[in-house]
Amino acid sequence: MSEASWRLWSSQIWAILRLELRKTLLARRGLWIYLLAFAPALIFAGHSIIQMKTGRTCDIGDDTHVYAGVFQLFFIRLSIFFGCVGIFMNLFRGEVLDKSLHYYFLAPVKREVLVVGKFLSGLLASMAIFGTSTVLSFFALYWHFDSNVRQEYFYHGHGLEHLAVYLGVTLLACIGYGGVFLAAGVLFRNPLYPTVIVLVWEAISGFVPETLQHFSVIFYLKSLCPVAVPASVLMGNGGKGSPFALLAVNPTPAAAATAVLGLLILFTALVVFTGRQVRRMEIDYGTD
Amino acid sequence: MSENGSALGIVFEDVSKFYGDVLGVNRVNLSIPPGITSLVGPNGSGKTTLMNLITGLVRPTRGRISVLGIAPDQPEELFRVLGYCTQFDSFPRGMTGYQFVDSFLRLFGYPRPHARDLAEQAIERVGLADSAGRKIAGYSKGMRQRIKLAQAICHNPSVLVLDEPLNGLDPLIRAETIALFRSLAGEGRHLLISSHVLHEVDVISDQVVLLTSGYVVAEGKIHSVRDEIQEHPMQILIRCNNPAELASQVFQRDCAAVEARIHNDGMGLLVKTRDADRFYLMLNHIAQNGINIESVAPADDDVLSVYEYLVGTGESTK
Repeated sequence: MSEASWRLWSSQIWAILRLELRKTLLARRGLWIYLLAFAPALIFAGHSIIQMKTGRTCDIGDDTHVYAGVFQLFFIRLSIFFGCVGIFMNLFRGEVLDKSLHYYFLAPVKREVLVVGKFLSGLLASMAIFGTSTVLSFFALYWHFDSNVRQEYFYHGHGLEHLAVYLGVTLLACIGYGGVFLAAGVLFRNPLYPTVIVLVWEAISGFVPETLQHFSVIFYLKSLCPVAVPASVLMGNGGKGSPFALLAVNPTPAAAATAVLGLLILFTALVVFTGRQVRRMEIDYGTD
Repeated sequence: MSENGSALGIVFEDVSKFYGDVLGVNRVNLSIPPGITSLVGPNGSGKTTLMNLITGLVRPTRGRISVLGIAPDQPEELFRVLGYCTQFDSFPRGMTGYQFVDSFLRLFGYPRPHARDLAEQAIERVGLADSAGRKIAGYSKGMRQRIKLAQAICHNPSVLVLDEPLNGLDPLIRAETIALFRSLAGEGRHLLISSHVLHEVDVISDQVVLLTSGYVVAEGKIHSVRDEIQEHPMQILIRCNNPAELASQVFQRDCAAVEARIHNDGMGLLVKTRDADRFYLMLNHIAQNGINIESVAPADDDVLSVYEYLVGTGESTK
């Protein structure tokens, strides 16, 4: 590829990003994604306020496990999952519903460049939302601790290190689920089917043979989370018989490098597939 | 536009498009030269399908298309030379007219100042400069039509494909838009315009492509197309001071007339003939014998008549 081609593609991707971010970040119909994303931060902030008002103190180790549980069971599996459904699935499908996809198709833009531009816009939007939420919820949870305890945990314990890893997992979750739902938005007219199929697959992926687990996003994400979720955190009765406990268990975690690489390979395959689909795509608003 | 590319024009080679079992267009062979070419036909005749095929929005089931030598499945090259004003009346949300055109130009990779200049020129050309800063959601149908036109012409394409571009325009703007088309065609561009309003096509077009049910039934300059329809005698209206006497002489002199009828206003004779050349020759002799002939004009070589003869439908083909 010549340098001129790269320069052209990068300027086209910037143009796509500008257009898409305005639509994604400021859309009123995306309000539910913000609510879903910032729910943990709101709950943790509420918890901290109650603790401060009542003067009760928590164990920082327990709260670290609580954060791990909420992050794995709610934030990744529900917030980011459904947030990515709303953001990435609509990158092409939403334009078909709005009957505005042809404007992109009538510009001298390679369809593959369009796919990359749209994906990056979705990734930026989702990271702006979920990355912010990860940071806010993290600090909101530890807000009620004495400042010395907080400082000790953040700077001399694993606090900031864990936050950095959680941010990395959030990024990889957006990349992984973004890739899945970008492809699904091109393949399926009804978003319900791919959403349910992927949701169920992600839920049962921990119980299928190990080879098949590599085809799920959650397998890699669970492997990367810095804190394992103890069953006792999941239910007040020690987690016995809790279905949530099963969701958090990862008996055969992948090594960090393998997990990152596996996710990126899965993502690349999905984006290449989407690029090929979009290259063959025809404008046919009538049937949607 | 290169000389070579220009010479190639828009070419369809045995093109068919089926939507599942439904026929879009079938076995289309066309070569469209520069100037204004109108696609004429009723709704569902395949006009928009042909336009979508040219622009790669849909792909042919069979056959090959090229636009100035470029295949429609190469958008990165095609849309540098082609602009398409579609019939879709939908726009990206929340945009002003200026943003709509400017953001499209930024997709070409143009730097901001160049894109701004091109956008302003195009908007000026369609007469929307005063409204460019307003949201498209507040535009009238005619304004939306014009901002789409601005977007189609903003990068100065050699080929313009315009799907029902005069829909929703008031008479004054319609006249200005037709003048714009003429000016663009005068610059050597290819303009392919679809319309189902036949009298409009007569005013606009250099050549026509008549479509019905997915088939091209005729193409070329409208007068040439008319000449080729042998089964319908040519109608000629002769304005004169004594149409009854003229009718009598037409049949006495064997002018190849098959029918003659005095015009409703009593000031002319409508003659049907299968041999127009012979008729005109004999008419010269009649004119020398005391009948004052004011004008002679074909009465049925407009698109409406030709379309009726070929397809058998009425005025607006809608």
